[in-house]
Amino acid sequence: MKVDFRKLGLAVAAPVLAILVALVLTSIILLVAGDPVLQVWQVLFKAPLPRQIVAILNEATVLYLSAVAVAIGFKMNLFNIGVDGQYRIASFAAAVFAGANLLPGWLNIIVSILIAMVTGALWAAIAGLLKVTRGVSEVISTIMLNYIATYLVAYLLKGAAVKVEGSNATSTAVIAESSRVPGISVESWLGTGREIYGLIFLAIAVGILFWFVLTKTRFGFDLRATGRSESAAIASGVNVKKMVVTSMILSGAIAGLVGMPLLFGQDFAYGDTVQAGLGFAGMSVALLGRNHPVGMAVAALLWGYLNQLSNGLQISAGVSDKLVLIIQGIIVLSVVIAYEVVRRAGLRMEQRRVARELAAQPKPATEEVAA
Amino acid sequence: MSTSVTAKPEPLRATLTPGRPAWYWPALIGGALVVIATIRVLTGAHDIDSSGALAAAIGLAMPLALAGLGGLWSERAGVVNIGLEGMMILGTWGAAFFGFHYGPWIGILGAVVMGILGGAIHALATVIFGVDHIVSGVAVNLLGAGAGAYLAVRTFTGLPGGGPTQSPPLQKLPSISIPGLGDWLLGLEQSRTWLVADLAGILRTLTTDLNVLTVIAVGLLVFSWWLLWRTPFGLRLRSCGEAPQAAETLGVNVIRFKFLAVLVSGALAGLAGGFLVLVASNLYRDGQTGGRGYIGLAAMIFGNWRPGGLAAGALLFGYADAVQLRGRGDVIHAYLLPIGLMLLAWGIWQLVRRRTGKPVGALVRVALALAVLAWYWFTDEVPAEFTNMTPYIATLLVLAFSAQRLRMPAADGAIYRKGEAN
Repeated sequence: MKVDFRKLGLAVAAPVLAILVALVLTSIILLVAGDPVLQVWQVLFKAPLPRQIVAILNEATVLYLSAVAVAIGFKMNLFNIGVDGQYRIASFAAAVFAGANLLPGWLNIIVSILIAMVTGALWAAIAGLLKVTRGVSEVISTIMLNYIATYLVAYLLKGAAVKVEGSNATSTAVIAESSRVPGISVESWLGTGREIYGLIFLAIAVGILFWFVLTKTRFGFDLRATGRSESAAIASGVNVKKMVVTSMILSGAIAGLVGMPLLFGQDFAYGDTVQAGLGFAGMSVALLGRNHPVGMAVAALLWGYLNQLSNGLQISAGVSDKLVLIIQGIIVLSVVIAYEVVRRAGLRMEQRRVARELAAQPKPATEEVAA
Repeated sequence: MSTSVTAKPEPLRATLTPGRPAWYWPALIGGALVVIATIRVLTGAHDIDSSGALAAAIGLAMPLALAGLGGLWSERAGVVNIGLEGMMILGTWGAAFFGFHYGPWIGILGAVVMGILGGAIHALATVIFGVDHIVSGVAVNLLGAGAGAYLAVRTFTGLPGGGPTQSPPLQKLPSISIPGLGDWLLGLEQSRTWLVADLAGILRTLTTDLNVLTVIAVGLLVFSWWLLWRTPFGLRLRSCGEAPQAAETLGVNVIRFKFLAVLVSGALAGLAGGFLVLVASNLYRDGQTGGRGYIGLAAMIFGNWRPGGLAAGALLFGYADAVQLRGRGDVIHAYLLPIGLMLLAWGIWQLVRRRTGKPVGALVRVALALAVLAWYWFTDEVPAEFTNMTPYIATLLVLAFSAQRLRMPAADGAIYRKGEAN
C-alpha cells in the first residue's frame, strides 16, 4: 500500500505542476501582450454560476467520450487522430436515421446510437486496415480521413437536408419529441432551467466499461502489453495486426458516441453548424488524464470549466476568449513533459530502492547475477 | 554463410545507384505531358494545364513544399514533426504582424522567427525532455492555433481593414518575369494545339510573374538537398536520424544536431505560413493554413523523405488544390478517364500475369476501374465536395499503393537519450 501512495502522489504531482506552469507562462504572455493579468485570473477563478455548472457537466460528457475513444488507441501506441472525422460522419448517419422516425420512442434512440457506433467503427477501420495491410501510418491516414469526412458529410448533407423555414442553415430532419433523451432537471438544486444531458449516463457507462475491459479482460491485457512492448506481446502470442484493427474499430465505435449527447439532448438534428474539433479536444483530455478513466473525467471537467468561464473574458476583462486555447495548449504540453520527468524520477527512485535492497541482502554472488 | 568480403560491394552498389537509365525521368515526364495534352484535346477541359492553373498550382505547392521541407529536416534528424501545422499558424501571424508594421521583407523574417519559436517548443519537449513526438506535435498544434487566434485579436483589432480574425491588407512581395516571352507564349497557348499549347503553358508559368518568395523557396529546396546530402554536416545530421547511438559513439553531438534540425524545421514551417500570408493572399485570416502542415508532411512521406520527391508531391497536391479552388469540376472529371483506363490496364495485366493464387486484388482493381469509367461516362462534372476531397484522397491512395516502397529514417520517432550507446 505504501508504494501505491507514492505512485498516487507522483501521478497527482504532474498535472498540478503542469497547471501551475500554465498559470505562470500564461501570466507572462499576458504581461508581454499588455493584457490585464489580474483581471483575467479573477474571471477564470470565479465560482461558476448554476447554469455554467450544467454547461460544464454537459461539455465534459462530450469531451469524456472523445477522450475514451482516443485513449483506447493511446493505450497501444496507436494515434487515432481521426476521432474528429469519425464522430461527425457517425453523428450524421445517426441523425439521418433518427430523423426519419421509422421506429417508435426509445427504440429509435437505441438503434440510432448503434448506427453511430457502427459508422464510426467502419470509418476508423479504414485507417486500421490501411495500417496492417499497406503499412500506412495511422497518423497520416486518420488526418486525411478527417478532411474526407468533412467534405463527404457536406455533400451528403445537401442530399439529406430538410428546408427549415426562416433559416439558411441546412440540417437533417428533426427527431420526433418521443425519440429525444430527456435532460436531468436540476431546478430544485441549483435554480437553473438548463438541463444536464440524459446521456451523461452513457458517458459514465462507457468509462466503467473502459476500465473493466482494460484491467479485467484478456483483451485489455493484450492491448496494454502491445502498447508497452510490441515484441514482448508478439512473443506471448498476441496477434498485433488483429489488435491494431480491433482497437481502431473500438476507438471508432466510441468516437461515434461523441455526438450523441448533442444530437439527442440539444440539437435534435445534424446541421452545418455542428460543433467541430471535439476529437482534438478529446486528445488533450486523454493526455491530461493519462488515459485513466477517472483522470480523464477530471480532465474533461477542467476543460469544460475553462471553456465555460473563458466566455466571460471578453466582457469582463477585455481579453480575447481565445486565451483559453493557449492555456489549454500549455497545460497539455507541460503535463506531458511533467509526466515524463516524474516517470524518470520514479524509475530512478525504484532503481535505487532495488539496488539498496539487493545490497542489504546477504546472498551469494551467483544468485545476484541470476536476478 | 559463404559470402566473402570481396563479394560484398556488389549488392551495396545495387542499393546505392537507383538502377534507372538516364532517359527514365525525361521519358516519364514527356510521356505524362503527351497523355495530358491528349486528354485535354479529347475532353476539351483546356484548364487542365493552362498557365493560369499551373501558376495557381505552383503558388499552392510552395507552402506545402516548405512545410514538407521543414518535416524533412526534422525527420532526417529523427524527430517526427506533426506540429508543422501549429508552427505554420505562428508563421502566418508573424508574417502579417511584422509585414504590416515593417514591410513584407521583415514580414518574411517575422514568419521565420515565429516558426522557430514553435520549433523550439517542439525541440524542448522531444529532444530535451524525451516526450513522445506525436504527443508533443499535437500539443504544439493546439498551442499554435490558440496563440495565432489570440495574437490576431490582440494585434489586428482596430487596425484599418483589420479585425479580430483578420489582418489589414498587406503590401505584396515583388514578382519576377522574363521580359518579352509572356505574350508570345500566351498566344501559343491559346492556339490550343496539341502538345505545343501545353509546352507553352508550362514555359509561361515558369517565366512570367514568378514571386520572389517562390524563387527563394525553390532555392531553399536545392540548398537543403546540397547541405544534407553533400556535406559532412548533412551526413552527421542524417546519422542522428538513422542511428543516433552510433553517431554518438563517433563523436556527433546528437542532442545539438536534433535540436538544430527541429529549429530549422520550425523556421521553414513558419516561412510556409508566411508564404500563405504574403504571396497566396495578402492578409492573415484565422484558419488560413487549413491543414496544409499535415499535407506538407504527407508530401514529404510521398517523396520518400527526399527533397526531390517531396517537391514532386507538393506539386501534385498543389495542382489538385488549384483545380478545386478554381472550381473546375470538369478538370477532375477529365482525369477520371485516364485513371479508369490505367486501373483497368493494371488489373487486366495482373489477371493475365498471375496464373496462380487468388486474383482478388486484380479483380478489385478491374471493378474499381469500371466504376470510375462509368462515373466518367454518366456525368459531366464531379461535385464540388469531391473536388475538395481530391488532395486528401490522392494522399491516401498514394500512401496505400507506395507505403511499402517508402523507407523512413531508421530511428525516426525514436526517443534518444544521451549516453545509452553501448
